[in-house]
Amino acid sequence: MPVIDWEPMETVFYLSSAIALVSTAMVISRIHAMHAALYLIVSLLAAAVVMFSVGAPFTGALEIIVYAGAIMVLMVFVIMLLNVNREKKNPERKWLRPTAWLGPGMLSFLLLGLLGLLLTEKHSGNVGQGEVEVKQVAASIFGIYLIGVELASMLLMAGVVGAFHLGLKKREPISTE
Amino acid sequence: MSSVPLEHGLWLSAGLFVLGFLGVMIRRNMIFVIMSLEIMLHAAGLAFVMASMRWQQPDGQVMFVFVLAVAAAEAAVALALLMRLFGRSGSLDTDTVGK
Repeated sequence: MPVIDWEPMETVFYLSSAIALVSTAMVISRIHAMHAALYLIVSLLAAAVVMFSVGAPFTGALEIIVYAGAIMVLMVFVIMLLNVNREKKNPERKWLRPTAWLGPGMLSFLLLGLLGLLLTEKHSGNVGQGEVEVKQVAASIFGIYLIGVELASMLLMAGVVGAFHLGLKKREPISTE
Repeated sequence: MSSVPLEHGLWLSAGLFVLGFLGVMIRRNMIFVIMSLEIMLHAAGLAFVMASMRWQQPDGQVMFVFVLAVAAAEAAVALALLMRLFGRSGSLDTDTVGK
């Protein structure tokens, strides 16, 4: 048992986990969509730092490039295009009656409790004793998971065609309310 | 390298997933619902990466790449649908759209 065991990577892990959780909470509680998008970018970057800290640099980089880069740019673009600034007073209180959410809510909390029980049961090893290098991941992707790559490419193709088809249709005049 | 217990990584992804789920449940603005769906997918991918780093195998990271592809396709289609929805009804409120 070492006396002084301060490991910088652990500190990085916990700090960036806290940042990710807090900024995600900010995402779902903002009123303006653009503020939420900015907090979501912060959350994704924090999760990328978490991945770097446990020794998965490839996924961390992909997280920044694809999530924080491509997907969030798409989101921000749509938010700017639609300019959904004015959110009305929502009738959420009226819709969220206890009879509506009590059953599913109880069941969900039961599942959450089970998850907590599982995670506190016993110690099951550490993450990040080493680093899984890009080379290993790449060899695995283009080795035994090649069929998955083909399926993912088909999915992306379907996504592109679907988005194009949905965007191409005859435009109704956009009412500015 | 770090010696963070696997549970803490799983707690992080569980927390992110719960927050995303809450967002889907309580928000009525369609953009927030889509963002929360992204958060949930991302939390699942994070759990894959944590498991990958626990056993020092690349398979979990491969799964994360696939989750990433699914998230990208989902975002593209969902945002295109969002544009159509806004063009049709002029609102992104799921309650007014549902009427």
